[in-house]
Amino acid sequence: MNDKLIKDIAISESGLIFNPVTGESYSVNPQGIGILNKLREGSSLSEIKELLVSEYEVEPETAERDTLDFLNLLRQFKLTTTHGS
Amino acid sequence: MSKKSYERPLIRKLETGMPGKFGLRNDLTPATHIDNIPVAELVENFGSPLFVISEQTIVQTFNKAKRAFTTRYPRVQFAWSYKTNYMDAVCRIFHREGSWAEVVSGFEYEKALRNGVDGKKIIFNGPEKSREDLTKAIRNDSLIHIDHLDELYELVELSGELGIKPRVAIRVNMDTGIYPQWDRFGFNLENGQAWDAINKIVHSGKMELTGLHCHIGTFILSAGAYGIAASKLALLAIDIRNKFNINLKYLDLGGGFASRNTLKGSYLPGPDINPGFEDYAEAISSSLHNSGFSTEELPLLILETGRALIDEAGYMISTVIGNKRLASGSRSTIIDAGVNLLFTSFWYDHKVMPAQPFSLYREETLICGPLCMNIDIIRNSVSLPMLKKGDRLVIFNTGAYNMTQWMQFITMRPAIVLISSEGTVNLIRRKEDNDTLANQEVVPAYLSK
Ligand SMILES: Cc1ncc(COP(=O)(O)O)c(C=O)c1O
Repeated sequence: MNDKLIKDIAISESGLIFNPVTGESYSVNPQGIGILNKLREGSSLSEIKELLVSEYEVEPETAERDTLDFLNLLRQFKLTTTHGS
Repeated sequence: MSKKSYERPLIRKLETGMPGKFGLRNDLTPATHIDNIPVAELVENFGSPLFVISEQTIVQTFNKAKRAFTTRYPRVQFAWSYKTNYMDAVCRIFHREGSWAEVVSGFEYEKALRNGVDGKKIIFNGPEKSREDLTKAIRNDSLIHIDHLDELYELVELSGELGIKPRVAIRVNMDTGIYPQWDRFGFNLENGQAWDAINKIVHSGKMELTGLHCHIGTFILSAGAYGIAASKLALLAIDIRNKFNINLKYLDLGGGFASRNTLKGSYLPGPDINPGFEDYAEAISSSLHNSGFSTEELPLLILETGRALIDEAGYMISTVIGNKRLASGSRSTIIDAGVNLLFTSFWYDHKVMPAQPFSLYREETLICGPLCMNIDIIRNSVSLPMLKKGDRLVIFNTGAYNMTQWMQFITMRPAIVLISSEGTVNLIRRKEDNDTLANQEVVPAYLSK
């Protein structure tokens, strides 16, 4: 996994995200918070997928596809950086 | 441990400042049922996509319209505009509630007869009436609304041949202050064409001039335009009385009232800004009351209201085929109903609502149909909860013009069901299949080996 959450991002339990670098805020649903927390721990894509599959009623393929899509959005919002790709 | 229900992960940037377009309104109720029938059950029994019509809504809307007019004007008659939705079941509901029929082709005329409408209660409009159509209409004593001079001459000839005096009106077009002015149909008032036609009808001695008709356009957002139209028609009727001593029986103000839909590009939602029946009724009836008719002389007011009476009663149920992230980063959801079935998505931002419970999270979504065409877009940008493959989406206010203007293209036309006022679900048009099409085709013998 190459995606790293940028430093100092604040994640509230209710799903509010604040980026102190840009001053921008975001709202995230519970599934998204789960992924962000995993990213912060430096988890891999398959670990994230496992988390979703174990907690929610979802097929592994769907979980993987949606996670990749979500990671794309994070990159677009410049909330993650990619290393070594 | 049972697992939680899944929704795809979502992140959305929070915009500060002004609320966005429709940002103030937050309709959070999923459309799980239509008239107490579960959407899931409807799809299970009749497939997806599926058109659903609510009889209860038709009757309620019709009564609302009727009340708005009859409380303001003593003599009102609705005539159901067949082209707006000519499913026989729908027409029969309107006829049962007291509507006459308004038709614009031989096909529609025949349909009205088959639906049991008395020929005297059929209004025959439109530019294309064949000699056979006119003959039939004359024999049945229908109300023939003349569109152009060639038709007028043909009627003079036919009534002579048949020895019957048909009841006729002319369609009048005029300036009511709205743009575009519809001047393709009927005879223009301001340039004297209307008078020319009236003189010809009266002087022929072969026809009975019974009324005047106009239809100033469709989805008219100005009730005032109807006030002007009603005044002008009333003045013309009074002039006809003064000149020929003919008391016209009716003034037909046509259709054109806005439904509850939101026009594309409108900043505010339709239900908030479109005039309602009361507004149109007030404008028309005060014009007629002020026009100089004595109380006994007040002509019958005929209304050919189409979309405003049926739009709300129609729903389309569709199913999500898949999701896509576009190059721009925005989300697109593909559903199984395209613009070939939902023609009105070219005019309206139809309200759409998932049929299953959802969370508070939303994402701007582009909703496309299944056709391989760039124009196949049901909604350009709508804030929707996350949808996944197999989810159902209900599209609202689709009762007008879709079930008559739909096209068989790439996919088949779906079934239509009617939920009766008693709550029974009735198939009123079967889903098309390959046989439907094959029955119309002929493969030449040399190609069928
Ligand atoms: C002559 C005539 N009457 C009535 C209608 C019904 O119009 P609407 O659906 O706008 O009420 C139409 C529609 O085009 C029409 O042409």
